[in-house]
Amino acid sequence: MFRNQYDTDVTTWSPAGRLFQVEYAMEAVKQGSAAIGLRSKTHVVLACVNKASSELSSHQKKIFKVDDHIGVAISGLTADGRVLSRYMRNECINYSYTYESQLPVGRLVVQLADKAQVCTQRSWKRPYGVGLLVGGLDESGAHLYYNCPSGNYFEYQAFAIGSRSQAAKTFLERKFDSFMEATRDNLIKDAIFALRETLQGEKMTSSVCTIAILGVGEAFHILDQETVQSLINEFEVVGEDTPTDEASAPDQAGDSDQGAATPAGQGPAPMDI
Amino acid sequence: MATNLVDSTPAMNNLLGSESDSQRTLYDFCTSHYVESIYERTIRFDPWYPYVTGTSVVGIKYKDGILLAADMGGSYGSTLRYKGVERLKPVGKHSIIGASGEISDFQEIMRFLDELILSDNMWDDGNSLGPKEVHNYLTRVMYNRRNKFNPLWNSLVLGGVKNGQKYLGTVSMIGVHYEDNHVTTGFGNHLARPILRDEWHENLTFEEGVKLLEKCMRVLLYRDRSAVNKIQILKITEEGVGTFPPYSLKTYWNFSAFQNPTVGAEGSW
Repeated sequence: MFRNQYDTDVTTWSPAGRLFQVEYAMEAVKQGSAAIGLRSKTHVVLACVNKASSELSSHQKKIFKVDDHIGVAISGLTADGRVLSRYMRNECINYSYTYESQLPVGRLVVQLADKAQVCTQRSWKRPYGVGLLVGGLDESGAHLYYNCPSGNYFEYQAFAIGSRSQAAKTFLERKFDSFMEATRDNLIKDAIFALRETLQGEKMTSSVCTIAILGVGEAFHILDQETVQSLINEFEVVGEDTPTDEASAPDQAGDSDQGAATPAGQGPAPMDI
Repeated sequence: MATNLVDSTPAMNNLLGSESDSQRTLYDFCTSHYVESIYERTIRFDPWYPYVTGTSVVGIKYKDGILLAADMGGSYGSTLRYKGVERLKPVGKHSIIGASGEISDFQEIMRFLDELILSDNMWDDGNSLGPKEVHNYLTRVMYNRRNKFNPLWNSLVLGGVKNGQKYLGTVSMIGVHYEDNHVTTGFGNHLARPILRDEWHENLTFEEGVKLLEKCMRVLLYRDRSAVNKIQILKITEEGVGTFPPYSLKTYWNFSAFQNPTVGAEGSW
């Protein structure tokens, strides 16, 4: 995408019928670090990569609890994401207060999308530069939605956004058929594997990623570091249907009970292709 | 479970004068200091006392859902003026509402509820407001109006079934709200609830439920002067709302106490 004379204003159409400012906002989403979501009939798992700007600093918070039954993972301008999370929390709590029941996630994402659309049609505003993966419950079960800066929203079985998300998407595309009926633990496992795809060779430890889950009968919560690390160890050791071997090479100083014989590399890793 | 202190037959309280005298004092005091203020707008024009009122509503849970009963009378003070007033109405797919108190305020509440249900339907997703949500919404409306010194002069009964769960609750004009297996408004609190406490049980069949309601309504007909003998029953189950044509209760006046009632009370008639 290159600069042209129609991209100064969000309220200017290009002759081809495009709003370039909105498209540039979607580019901002792609620059953020990866966030992944997957869902089964009863649970939604959100996972993201923790990118710290330097070794000295801490990483930015990218997963927010919106209510007991809704959580959101963001990618892009974190500040915009925080503001939208605050809006979502407000909507949920106001609905709870008036109706004493939970705001269905399907309605929240529509409200969010309408809010984003407003910013694409006012000359004094700019689109939000953040993509949101919203996971939540409503009457028909668990849902995962993606809200983008354009004001569109889509429902997904599984999705990934941010940098190097294509690798995760490829992985998810292969496995998504099994997600609907998957157990809670298998869903987490798949999230971890998908996240690993985006790391592309970097060592996967619990400090690099954040995992959160919500489900029917399970309030939204972020898994703590220990749990995540033991899950990583468990899955890396078992080394099941993982296509990647080069990623599992790094030293796991962990508690491998089996005395782990890491399976010898069978088949090429997808990254090699 | 607080009994509703303000509610019993509001028409009787206010038109007899003692309470309204003190209200008139408050009103005069306010207008002498606040001209064209919110006080004048609220106190002056809105009913501190109701005009056309309905009397008790009785509601019970039964095996398949909820049953509500109310008579069809609209009293104008002590006159039993209107005899075809529907005080029980369906709300959306999952709930039914019954109201006692000022009829025009009930009509206003129905407008709010119809708007609410319409907005809910316009989402056109798989979600819908159930009885619990409607009950809480009404509680907020009633309480907020009370806080602004502009109450909707009603006591409401809200019942419904959603996803197999039965719900029955009540809200008063000051925002007191609770749920129970059987709720009543007005005189029903004093006359019907003792009967229900004794005779209500889980798993009443429809026929048993109606008979129980009729027993309550009959006592109310004998003893509540604002009751009229034309009752309406509404039921709601998972399948939806069931309406029935209004009918009258059979009454018996040959009790020995009604013969020669003044025996032993010299000078009365």
